[in-house]
Amino acid sequence: MAKDQLMDYQKALDAYEVVIGLEVHVELNTNTKMFCGCANVFGDEPNTNVCPNCLGFPGAMPAVNGKAIENSIKIGLALDCQIAATGRFARKNYFYPDLAKNFQTSQYDEPIAFEGTIDIEVPSGKVFTVAIERAHMEEDAGKLTHVGGSTGRIQGAEFSLVDFNRAGVPLVEIVTKPIYGAGDEAPELAAAYVRSIREIVKNLGVSDARMERGNVRCDANVSIRPKGQEKLGTRTETKNVNSLRSIERAVKYEIQRQAHLLSQGTAIIQETRHWHEDRGATSSGRPKSDADDYRYFPEPDLVPIQPSKEWIEQLRATLPEKPAIRRKRLQELWVFSDLEFRDVVNSDLLDEIDDTVKAGAKPQAARKWWTGELARIANSEDKDIAELSITPTQVAQIAALVESGKLTDRLAREVLTCVLAGEGNPEEIVAKRGLEVVSDDGALLAAIDQVLSEQPDVLEKIREGKLQAAGAVIGAVMKAMAGSADAARVRELVIQRANEL
Amino acid sequence: MSVLNKSAHELASMLVSKEISSVELTRAQLDNIDKLNPRLNSYLTVTHELALTQARQVDELRAKGEKLSALAGVPIAVKDNLTTIGIETTAGSKILQGWVPPYNATVVEKILSHRMPILGKTNLDEFAMGSSTENSAYGPSLNPWDLARTPGGSGGGSSSAVASMQAPLALGSDTGGSIRFPAAVTGTVGVKPTYGAVSRYGLIALGSSLDQIGPVTRNVLDAAMLHDVIAGHDDMDATSLAESLGSMTEAAKNDSVKGLKVGIIKELTGEGFQAGVSERFQEALELLVAAGAEIVEVSCPSFQYAIAAYYLIQPAEASSNLARFDSVRFGLRVMPEGAATVEKVMAATREAGFGAEVKRRIILGTYALSSGYYDAYYGSAQKVRTLIQADLAKAFEKADVLVSPTAPTTAFLLGEKQEDPLAMYLNDIATIPANLAGIPGMSLPVGLASEDNLPVGAQFLAPARQDARLYKVGAVLEKLLENKWSKSMLDFAPKLEVN
Repeated sequence: MAKDQLMDYQKALDAYEVVIGLEVHVELNTNTKMFCGCANVFGDEPNTNVCPNCLGFPGAMPAVNGKAIENSIKIGLALDCQIAATGRFARKNYFYPDLAKNFQTSQYDEPIAFEGTIDIEVPSGKVFTVAIERAHMEEDAGKLTHVGGSTGRIQGAEFSLVDFNRAGVPLVEIVTKPIYGAGDEAPELAAAYVRSIREIVKNLGVSDARMERGNVRCDANVSIRPKGQEKLGTRTETKNVNSLRSIERAVKYEIQRQAHLLSQGTAIIQETRHWHEDRGATSSGRPKSDADDYRYFPEPDLVPIQPSKEWIEQLRATLPEKPAIRRKRLQELWVFSDLEFRDVVNSDLLDEIDDTVKAGAKPQAARKWWTGELARIANSEDKDIAELSITPTQVAQIAALVESGKLTDRLAREVLTCVLAGEGNPEEIVAKRGLEVVSDDGALLAAIDQVLSEQPDVLEKIREGKLQAAGAVIGAVMKAMAGSADAARVRELVIQRANEL
Repeated sequence: MSVLNKSAHELASMLVSKEISSVELTRAQLDNIDKLNPRLNSYLTVTHELALTQARQVDELRAKGEKLSALAGVPIAVKDNLTTIGIETTAGSKILQGWVPPYNATVVEKILSHRMPILGKTNLDEFAMGSSTENSAYGPSLNPWDLARTPGGSGGGSSSAVASMQAPLALGSDTGGSIRFPAAVTGTVGVKPTYGAVSRYGLIALGSSLDQIGPVTRNVLDAAMLHDVIAGHDDMDATSLAESLGSMTEAAKNDSVKGLKVGIIKELTGEGFQAGVSERFQEALELLVAAGAEIVEVSCPSFQYAIAAYYLIQPAEASSNLARFDSVRFGLRVMPEGAATVEKVMAATREAGFGAEVKRRIILGTYALSSGYYDAYYGSAQKVRTLIQADLAKAFEKADVLVSPTAPTTAFLLGEKQEDPLAMYLNDIATIPANLAGIPGMSLPVGLASEDNLPVGAQFLAPARQDARLYKVGAVLEKLLENKWSKSMLDFAPKLEVN
């Protein structure tokens, strides 16, 4: 694949204005699928959660999942959208082997929610108001696995496998209006926007919001135009960028790539592009024009959705606070500095820390565990921190053990490793592995006496007031106790004992 | 009189009084099918063993004194676009040859729960696209009144089976007249219920906003009893009506039309209708008047656009409904020559698996939905639909039921219109408006046309949800006619010489 040439980012921004538009697909975590009673579960054996309906068999008909509609309305309300008095499903017709009916049941000109806004804070602290065009309901497609060939893509594959477990899973697609004026912060804004959407749907409880599982997927539209030009540039749509970091990188890449092309007098092709995390680059997908003809028409097998005003107001009353307001409240509550708080938000750990604090940990302790040790482990294992098998409650339990003096920091890290390895809850691990700090002075004194008796010269030095000599004794005692002692207490006892003997 | 000639409600009484067992009845039916079907091609699949097993079960239950429903033990034929567990379901298409569904259509569940043995699956135009069964991939069904003629379409398999005593009852589906037209040309009764009155779950969709399943029978009471079996709300069909429309069987016991206002649709009489058809139709009206009904004339000017609108909406919906036949999950798979990609396999399969009329409608529908043409075609057609509904609403202010001949002519010759799709489409002029408006319609035999001695049907229409009115007027007119003829319509039918 030919390598794209890129223009220096700063040079690109000096010459061009960036316009972005974001389409975020949120998979709802309803028990069942959008139009049938099949279980909506991630990771089951392929083609086990399927029925005539989601397999698109002849004669099968859709029946709407009421919970999915409720959740979609909640998302619309959380984005300050208007909720349609009449929302209608439409068929989006196109052939693809992962699309059982060869049409997607979606919404077209009558989406359930429209005309919203959301305030997005970027790392610099600047706040952008992003206008939401619409949030509409649709069904997910199945999942294709291309076998054979070197790329794992359909081109060159020997054959492809289709798993329809995901076919018919409810999705809400949230589409922004074009976002102007973000300048050099456009990539950060794109990532921060998706982060906020994720936070909203997670706090609403309507999605598991795990990007690595595709619960939240972003298509990023990017176009640039020479500064001062009225007419919008030709856009590209980078599909399914599945991490916040990738969104930022992909947008930046597209800006630089397009800037280079335009500076060479080459036109941008309107197309979808694929992001390659490994190469840090996008590649050409398929041409996409505004004339792409999906032959939308109202779904005749479903009746329009007409949510009552009363119902909408009931749902509005259940909404959690908005991300921006929540952030302000939490920063004040936790007494974090701006820097500490931004670090938490940018590491995408707000919910984890909030949940850990709610489970009883002190905010600073919760912050240190998540942004420190856990982030380090996730990074070293090249995982998303959300993928680590530890719950905020378990982190809070470890913090509590440290707080009460039962664990040293070193022991606590050991317990953490055991939790991640699936050995159980912290308390159980401490008990099972005998990791608790030895707070029994008797046991400590016996060990100290033993060490002191073996090292009479050191004993002498301590007695003479050369307290730094105690270090060697403390080390030996800690070793004898297999680390399960509080070093400060050992030190106290060593000095006390030296003077008694 | 042979048990085969008995109507379903008579058979039901004989079963209750144990004059006959369901096994005896079912076996007699199957024997007659084995005799006639090789010639008439009414059935695509005959389910001998299944039918007899079901018959045996119902006999056992009856012997035990279990409470059974009215039609329990009466066998029935099912149109082959309704899914049936364990029975091949083809919709008359090569693309589904050999396909055995793992689920039953809701109506099939219903007839099974009422313990009606299934005799087999009846022929139809491919995916119900046609008015003659000539578009069936498995050859046309023949009209028992004249084997050179069509039994109508798309449900010609069901109509020819019921008219030739190969089944006392059958299920049909009606998108633009596919129950009513075959009924008219075979001297049988066919009813298209109000849209949503009967669940469409498991009906292989043609035009989803038009399709409706209904009874095909030899008389009005039988139709009413079958209607009561299949109607009712179904959670599996989002468009199915929440409320019950009452008992059709009760309505069919009506014996008076005194004061009933019958509206003649001006646009559906006179010019363009075969003289013998108009003649029998007029006589039927005179009988109603003599019995105390009042005739009024109504006008539905938008009907002139009905066929044009129908042939945009129905192909548009069909083009989308038939997209799923792509060889990936079920049905025919044809490998193209050379390197196969999924697109090429889909294309080769659809090229080989669909017949000419299906392709014609997919192309038509795809075009009508295309961006830039949508407003002019599909959009305008939907507006016509609204106009037709408005015309009908106005007409029903003046009349309780509307009436017209079901079709402009009696049964046409096989091959007569096959090369002229437009002529074939025009055949549905009288039946299509009911589908576009979602209202119920019934075709009832009113005699034989003098020119050709072939059956003529009259169509009654009622407002949405007023299906009972059709049975009320139908039952009375049927009785008046039978009194006049001193026999029933099918007694006029020629004895079939087949071997």
